[in-house]
Amino acid sequence: MEKIEIKKELPWSTVLYRVVNYGGLIVLILWGMAGIPYKGVMATARGTMASLVQGIFHPDMAYLTNTTIDGLPYAVLETIAIAISGTFVSAVISIPFALLASQNIVGRRVSLIGKFIVTMIRTFPELILALIFISVVGPGAPAGILALGIHSIGMLGKLFSEAIESMDTGVKEALESCGGNRGEVLFRAVLPQVSPELISYTLYRFEINMRAASTLGLVGAGGIGAPLIFAIRTRSWSRAMIIVLVLIVTVSLIDMISSRVRKKLV
Amino acid sequence: MDTPADLISVPRPDNRKRNLTIGLVVALILGSAIFAGFNPLEILENFQKGGRLLKRMFFPPAWKYAPRVIAPLVETVRMALVGTFWGAVVALPAAVFAASNFLNMPWISRPLRLVLNIFRTIPAMVLASLFVAVFGIGAFSGVVALSIFTFGLISKLTYESIEAIDYGQVEALMSLGANKITILRYAIMPQILPQFMSYVLYGFEVNVRAAAVLGYVGAGGIGQTFEQNLAFRNFDRVGVIIVISFAVVLVIDLVSSHIRRRLV
Repeated sequence: MEKIEIKKELPWSTVLYRVVNYGGLIVLILWGMAGIPYKGVMATARGTMASLVQGIFHPDMAYLTNTTIDGLPYAVLETIAIAISGTFVSAVISIPFALLASQNIVGRRVSLIGKFIVTMIRTFPELILALIFISVVGPGAPAGILALGIHSIGMLGKLFSEAIESMDTGVKEALESCGGNRGEVLFRAVLPQVSPELISYTLYRFEINMRAASTLGLVGAGGIGAPLIFAIRTRSWSRAMIIVLVLIVTVSLIDMISSRVRKKLV
Repeated sequence: MDTPADLISVPRPDNRKRNLTIGLVVALILGSAIFAGFNPLEILENFQKGGRLLKRMFFPPAWKYAPRVIAPLVETVRMALVGTFWGAVVALPAAVFAASNFLNMPWISRPLRLVLNIFRTIPAMVLASLFVAVFGIGAFSGVVALSIFTFGLISKLTYESIEAIDYGQVEALMSLGANKITILRYAIMPQILPQFMSYVLYGFEVNVRAAAVLGYVGAGGIGQTFEQNLAFRNFDRVGVIIVISFAVVLVIDLVSSHIRRRLV
């Protein structure tokens, strides 16, 4: 059988473009690797690993069944409560931000400003927000709620504004042509039309916030993070492992429920 | 009295289920707020305190400290680069094995997906503090944590892309008697590579942000400098760190999302 040969010659500009791109990428990664020194494992690493494995097989069950304020169930509930409250706060505040970032509501120029503000909020790490809020309201769950509430505006504001920008403008125009004022147009046309999407995005953010809420405790903003980091720092692996285990189960369960509801919504 | 609205009788939809759902959600939100001790009034009262803190941080920040922020910031970017690289390198083959439509081996794809899901539920911060216990304080622990986290993230997005490919090309190659490797190379890879690259860039953006705070548990980068200054209550230095790292993250985000938009 004759083999079909396809002549494949790339123009030199494409070749150059690729060489520059891939070469640059490789140089960049090598540069990165050069700056990460590997200093070997800790002298205690073997022992740490052994007690870690020991911890996986002997989780601290007493902590799991401790229903007082110092127990694991309370910490998990507090984490969920932080995630719910934080998500709710941010969903409410995100709506005005989203309107400000939507081209078909405020016009192109204002929407660019709104988009930039939302991007800035998204870039600001929630952990640093949490630290700032801790010095405002003191350590505890409210600081975590505020941190999540502000940080989530970055993502929700963007997604909400995308939903508003891609909505069908028929209803809005109909109301405007009947002489509806801005408030009426907003509450009778825009929001009802995009609300399934807004709720779906809010649920999605809730899933993310569940994970975020579990780390906020590292800096003292409430939730399961504080006992977890304490257990890791004091090398109490049997306690650390039960926390990680419960965290995995809780987050997975919430993911499952939330994604099922989201599928029904949109 | 009959108003015009009463004269036209429109059958009302059954709202009971809807109202019940709304009631439940409201109860959940209120219950959470009360459980967590969230009181908006109390927070408003404390706002002055927050204003004072912000003033000490940013008006003005200690610009003289800025040169000493550069080195840890460069380390942060390096950590994100290397973490993303290793995560992505392992993620591509894993995604091929985790996709249910290509190899069609449930005995490998199901457990693999479970592992990927577990990896994604453990926050990078927790992974980092675990690795600090093994590898010691420093950027290496952070890179390992970021790699594992990125691996979970990119694999999931990629196997979902593989499952959503257009089958035309696969069937065309199959009808010619091509084997699995040829199908992978000429039908699947060309379709998913742009998306994969976009996920890698997205992972990089996430990692830059994550790397910036990992130092808080001793895993290298700017977070370590941040934590030390915060502990010494050098708020004006904290302000400089926040401003500079924020600018760097913002620039990386904008460049990366610009490239991503061109990719897909």
